[in-house]
Amino acid sequence: MEKLTLPQQLNDLKKRFLSQRSLLKKIIVISSGTCGQASGSLEIIKAFNEELSRRNLGSSVGIKITGCHGFCEMEPNIIIYPEGIFYKKLKPENVPEIIDKTIIKDKIIPSLVYEYEKGHRIVRIEEIPFYKKQMRLLMQNNLKVDPESIEDYIALDGYQALAKVLFNMTGKEVIKEISVSGLRGRGGAGFPTGKKWEVCRKANSEIKYIVCNADEGDPGAYMDRSLLEGNPHSIIEGMIIGAYAIGAVEGYIYVRKEYPLAVKHVKIALEQARKLGFLGKSILGSEFQFDINAVQGAGAFVSGEETSLLASIEGRRPFPRQKPPFPAQEGLWGKPTNINNVETWANIPLIINKGAGWYSRIGTKKSKGTKIFSLVGKIKNTGLVEVPMGIKLKEIIYDVGGGIKSNKEFKAIQTGGPSGGCIPAEMLDLPVDYETLSKAGSIMGSGGMIVMDEDTCMVDVARYFLSFTQEESCGKCVPCRVGTRQMMEILTRITQGKGEEADIKILEDLAKTVNIASLCGLGQTAPNPVLTTLRYFRDEYEAHIKEKSCPALVCKDLIVYYIEPEKCIGCKLCLKNCPAGAITGEKKKPHVINQDLCIKCGACFDICPPKIMAVSKYTGKSKEKILKKFSSRKN
Amino acid sequence: MMKNLIEFEREQKELIPMFHAIQEKYGYIPPEEISKVSKYLGISESEIFGILTFYKAFNLQPRGRHIITVCLGTACHVRGAQRILEEIERNLKINSGQTTPDKRFSLTTVNCLGCCAIGPVIVIDGKYYSRVTIGKIEEILKKYKESG
Repeated sequence: MEKLTLPQQLNDLKKRFLSQRSLLKKIIVISSGTCGQASGSLEIIKAFNEELSRRNLGSSVGIKITGCHGFCEMEPNIIIYPEGIFYKKLKPENVPEIIDKTIIKDKIIPSLVYEYEKGHRIVRIEEIPFYKKQMRLLMQNNLKVDPESIEDYIALDGYQALAKVLFNMTGKEVIKEISVSGLRGRGGAGFPTGKKWEVCRKANSEIKYIVCNADEGDPGAYMDRSLLEGNPHSIIEGMIIGAYAIGAVEGYIYVRKEYPLAVKHVKIALEQARKLGFLGKSILGSEFQFDINAVQGAGAFVSGEETSLLASIEGRRPFPRQKPPFPAQEGLWGKPTNINNVETWANIPLIINKGAGWYSRIGTKKSKGTKIFSLVGKIKNTGLVEVPMGIKLKEIIYDVGGGIKSNKEFKAIQTGGPSGGCIPAEMLDLPVDYETLSKAGSIMGSGGMIVMDEDTCMVDVARYFLSFTQEESCGKCVPCRVGTRQMMEILTRITQGKGEEADIKILEDLAKTVNIASLCGLGQTAPNPVLTTLRYFRDEYEAHIKEKSCPALVCKDLIVYYIEPEKCIGCKLCLKNCPAGAITGEKKKPHVINQDLCIKCGACFDICPPKIMAVSKYTGKSKEKILKKFSSRKN
Repeated sequence: MMKNLIEFEREQKELIPMFHAIQEKYGYIPPEEISKVSKYLGISESEIFGILTFYKAFNLQPRGRHIITVCLGTACHVRGAQRILEEIERNLKINSGQTTPDKRFSLTTVNCLGCCAIGPVIVIDGKYYSRVTIGKIEEILKKYKESG
């Protein structure tokens, strides 16, 4: 393909690619993002390729390898078009049968169909509640686009927004359109995107930069990875439009090192875009020039903070710095720099193509458009869900997510990662937007949503996040460096049963200080997990401190494992699996745990068959009773 | 190595990509490479050392033949990742961050791999293992223990 020098050539290309697609009778779409590959999608792809070429079906049946579709729980999965048949959790040995029955004879294989409830199977992807209840504006193309093919992207109106902007709009008009749309930053803080661009546009400098923040460090959030892996051109197109509006000449995509597939796809996409003239000099024949470099991070959470990220691109230690001056005034190498998150950039082509008026009708008064959340933890339908702003938490958890795993009781949902907070069951009617979540003590953040059930200890969760932020604190400012450490140590003590009554007050004081006095967002938000769990689950803290008990039966030092003699059938399964050799017993006779040797790894609890469930956990007073019983028997 | 080095511009922004390339080649960052980069870019070795040790991705010590990475992201955490890590530590008789004396395994952790749906996740030499349980660990490690 040659470099495009006129906008009309883009339309010609689109028509050509579309007509090529229509030659195939069937297309098998195989989801193969990182989750898919981890679940075995590569073996499925190999099996399909071999089977199709063995039967000479290559010319009528196409295989499309795409990024993540979001329904991670059902990986590896495929969709057969044009019908939209969804087959889940495949193994390579299913492939010949799929070709025999579904591809050749158009018959459905019931065992591979998604089962919504017992006996209720759903064949077509668009009827599956997980997908049906979403509003997939950004994610929908992940189903249709081979991320390594620019042809696919162009066939689906790719780079049309760029052509529109370059030849029909001024930079000012682009910014106005983005402002009117109401788009706000998807990286967490929710700053109005148009306003940010405006500041950078007005900054007086010949050299300006554009940056895409793809350092998605929040544990439990992976929508940016999925967009970069599945549809990298949409982000690149958004960045070129932003560069045009602001007047930037160079851009950077900063991707986390932990996302190798995303890095690969971004690099391929940049190369393709350069070849076709979407990047480089005189883009699409216009006078505008711009290029993008992909930069790989090196594993530091703090480099997701914008000023740290800039330092990292410059090859320095990623320390954050005082703001102002904001990056829009003084950014990369001291030049005005506009930084937006991956998801924000992905929204741009959509807004330009469909118009700000259309976009601003989605969502609530102050939060517009859709937001992708990664719904994970103790939820049935784990995956990436894209929903309109303003949807209730309840709808996300129960309608899209299908409720809690193994019919356990819902306890809390954690939003916003280490900077966010836990929201309890009584607040599930809250609409999801920037303001409401922050009023509840949490934040929208990058969009991680971790569902917790009755088996999750909230003190342990707070300790987990604090140990994370403490580890990742860069150490530049004292409140964050020392404060997070102190909070973590207190929380660790509480989970070990060594908490004191004054600890809660000290935690609260420390949290306030760290929040007010820290230099950057990492420290300022680090106390949120502690503050929200204290606000909504104070009784759990008190149980740990006063009764030395962990109500969720999680904290190792506060529980014992015990084999109920009346339930144990003596199958020796736990005995064989105990890594500490702490279980003794004869076949068909109840086994016993030697409490002196037990390391509380929980292997026996996990392995005991669900029908038997002879292993129990005890805490507090009942724990003491069991230990007493054990030591008296020993003597 | 010098051949590769000159492919990079003499600018500080090349520092991290350079060390990624060095690590790719040797599996870790040998001290003499720090000296070479220092001369090439005109940045003191101590400053480079400060930068390298700040990031988690760089290893200044040689690592084992097989790299085991345990994901400790939130979703993996609530599904018991900590217990998985402890079991691997017991199994290999090393702590996270260490290498076995026979240089066969290095054990590390990561904050999140973004495969939250299929946790707990461990990665060995780039291969992902999903929904890992304590009972599966010996079976997973066995292959690598036998292969050398």
